[in-house]
Amino acid sequence: MAAGGGRQALALYKSLLRESQKFLAYNYREYALRRIRDGFKATRNVTEEATLQRELQHARESLEVIKRQVALGQLYRPPNLIIEKK
Amino acid sequence: MSCILGSSSVQHAAKSNPASNDTDSWPLYLDAQSTTPLDPRVLDAMLPYFTHQYGNPHSRTHAYGWESEKAMEKARQQVADLIGADKKEIIFTSGATESNNISVKGVARFYKSKKRHVITTQTEHKCVLDSCRALENEGWDVTYLPVQKSGIIKMADLEASLRPDTALVSVMMVHNEIGVIQPIREIGAMCREHKVFFHTDAAQAVGKIPINVHDLNIDLMSVRSGTVPTPLVVGFGVACEIAKREMTYDHAHITKLSNKLIESITSRVSHITRNGDPEHSYPGCVNLSFAFVEGESLLMALKDVALSSGSACTSASLEPSYVLRAIGAEEDLAHSSIRFGIGRFTTEQEVEYTANKCVDHIERLREMSPLWEMVQEGIDLKSIQWSQH
Repeated sequence: MAAGGGRQALALYKSLLRESQKFLAYNYREYALRRIRDGFKATRNVTEEATLQRELQHARESLEVIKRQVALGQLYRPPNLIIEKK
Repeated sequence: MSCILGSSSVQHAAKSNPASNDTDSWPLYLDAQSTTPLDPRVLDAMLPYFTHQYGNPHSRTHAYGWESEKAMEKARQQVADLIGADKKEIIFTSGATESNNISVKGVARFYKSKKRHVITTQTEHKCVLDSCRALENEGWDVTYLPVQKSGIIKMADLEASLRPDTALVSVMMVHNEIGVIQPIREIGAMCREHKVFFHTDAAQAVGKIPINVHDLNIDLMSVRSGTVPTPLVVGFGVACEIAKREMTYDHAHITKLSNKLIESITSRVSHITRNGDPEHSYPGCVNLSFAFVEGESLLMALKDVALSSGSACTSASLEPSYVLRAIGAEEDLAHSSIRFGIGRFTTEQEVEYTANKCVDHIERLREMSPLWEMVQEGIDLKSIQWSQH
């Protein structure tokens, strides 16, 4: 990835994972982490500027959605599933 | 591990399962055909329309309505894009059951003068089978195609059962119980060749396997967004409970504001008519006609207040309200009416603002009206002979 884009992408990647860890609902948390990792893996070698910008924008928007939905989940706490460790 | 539960063991299981306030051993969810968790991205998109963007998409006169309509049309396009349809072909119903009923009974009844036969499968969803049974009671012949061990119909069976008077073939795309996928492309092609309508219940397929309705020669398709809208129903229940508890208090508040609005306007401008008997009206709905002022002009002038000149359902047309005509309102007054809606959350400050703005604009618009000038001079408008041009 282009140098500037690469740094931005890495920062976004870390933020996305960090925020997703805060999902209290097991299924939302696991999906978000899996999807983010796979999503960044799939676009690792993108160099075309327009595509890169679009992907970064999508990542930024997703981060906002995750933050809001994490906050909501903390207000309406789901129960722990039987397979979750305490 | 599988077991067959009798009713007593179901009760036992229910007792030993965690109650909803036990937060540590809630069961896993592996019942995706029944419904699925709401994706956080979906909830995120919905929430503004549950909170501050509550406009009726049919309200044509203000931003609340325009935003709501924009959102609905965007959704329509998104649905269309997923299935390769035109957005004009998308009809929102209460669910797949209603869609299936509309499709099966609707097509059959529409063509009942020329057709008498419908084909479906023995494994269709109950609502399709019930719709077919209803048609049988109306004199239709229905062929219930058998399925092979694989769960899939034989194309030869379908071909053999097609008749010149077959109106419709209904075959579901992905089965909700066993997951099998029927040969939709071949069925669609065969139906197109025999000029028979093809309906498919795609409730379990949409968004999971690729579908292009034109490619697959599908004429009608039922889709569902989830299942019984529990959150909506729960919301409705709570709303009813609140309404029951708050009715007296809310009514007093709304009455006070309603009286204030009417008094504030009528004490400062003349020639105002209240449409509807005030003794027998709900105070939260105040419909006023302002003589010598054009209703749409006043509405647009009051751009900072979301109002309507009729109910949302009719605000698309510029015809004066048939309701006002029915109560005997004069033609010109019917064009000059505005409906003020006051509710639990309306404030006195909002009513003051609205009344003040109304008065300002009525005075301004009347200043510009030659009719008003004549009235001021004491001319009886009804005595004027308007010349023909």
